[in-house]
Amino acid sequence: MKAYLTRRYKFSASHRLHSPEFSEQENRRMYGKCNNPHGHGHNYKIEVTVSGEPVADTGMICNLADLDGFVDREIMPQFQFSNLNQLDAFRDVVPTTENLSRELFHLFRDKFRLAKVEKIRIEETMMNSFEYAGGGQLRPVPNQEVYDR
Amino acid sequence: MVYLTRRAEFSASHFYHNPKLSPEENRRVFGKCNNPHGHGHNYTLEVTVAGEVDARSGFVIDLKDLKEIMAREVLDGMDHRHLNEEVPEFSDRIPTTENLAIAIWNRLVDKLRGAKLYRVRVYETDDLFVDVYGEA
Repeated sequence: MKAYLTRRYKFSASHRLHSPEFSEQENRRMYGKCNNPHGHGHNYKIEVTVSGEPVADTGMICNLADLDGFVDREIMPQFQFSNLNQLDAFRDVVPTTENLSRELFHLFRDKFRLAKVEKIRIEETMMNSFEYAGGGQLRPVPNQEVYDR
Repeated sequence: MVYLTRRAEFSASHFYHNPKLSPEENRRVFGKCNNPHGHGHNYTLEVTVAGEVDARSGFVIDLKDLKEIMAREVLDGMDHRHLNEEVPEFSDRIPTTENLAIAIWNRLVDKLRGAKLYRVRVYETDDLFVDVYGEA
């Protein structure tokens, strides 16, 4: 049976929401406090969901040590205690959490080869969260076979 | 369609060991989880059922029934148990969170009189959980 494993990570980073597409005044109106030129920060909670059939020999979709190792190598050095605006990915892209979700999804999807990456979910604060599945469905439709019982 | 989720907690011990692998391989693959004396978790189980709201009762499923089914089918056999030693599904399968979620799905799927099982989610810790939806 297919299973979906979700692992939660945390990093802290700063950002400023500002778009060169808009005037200073429009930026202030659109982004409000988030447009403060000095930036501000969040403790981001990142959830990555991978899927697959558990391997018979291990009972695992993929070894968590490998997923944690990937995050330690490929994600944390860039993002932990960073200023998101300074990262290459956000040179021409506003570092909203929408765009951060997309960036992280593509990093995982392109570089983590040991399981299918289904989805990224980010809590920017306790009060808001964002999910991105690369344009795919966030969660499966109800299983018709079960539904018909 | 309305989705209803009920949560329950149970505590159990387990360890990861595959008798087909050498002791060194077991330690390499499973790390600390290979400790033969086992270790434990407070698992949180979330069972989500899907269905239309019954016009007379206003329910998708009677929560009291769902609670009893979860207790009878899952908690009675797993709470304060050693998963490797006392839960039959794990006599020949490693009690990872993946396999635990699948075992719980299989225990519940035919027991929910009238309602339909949509998802089983098992949290091993706050930072790790597994979902199954009964997909082949």
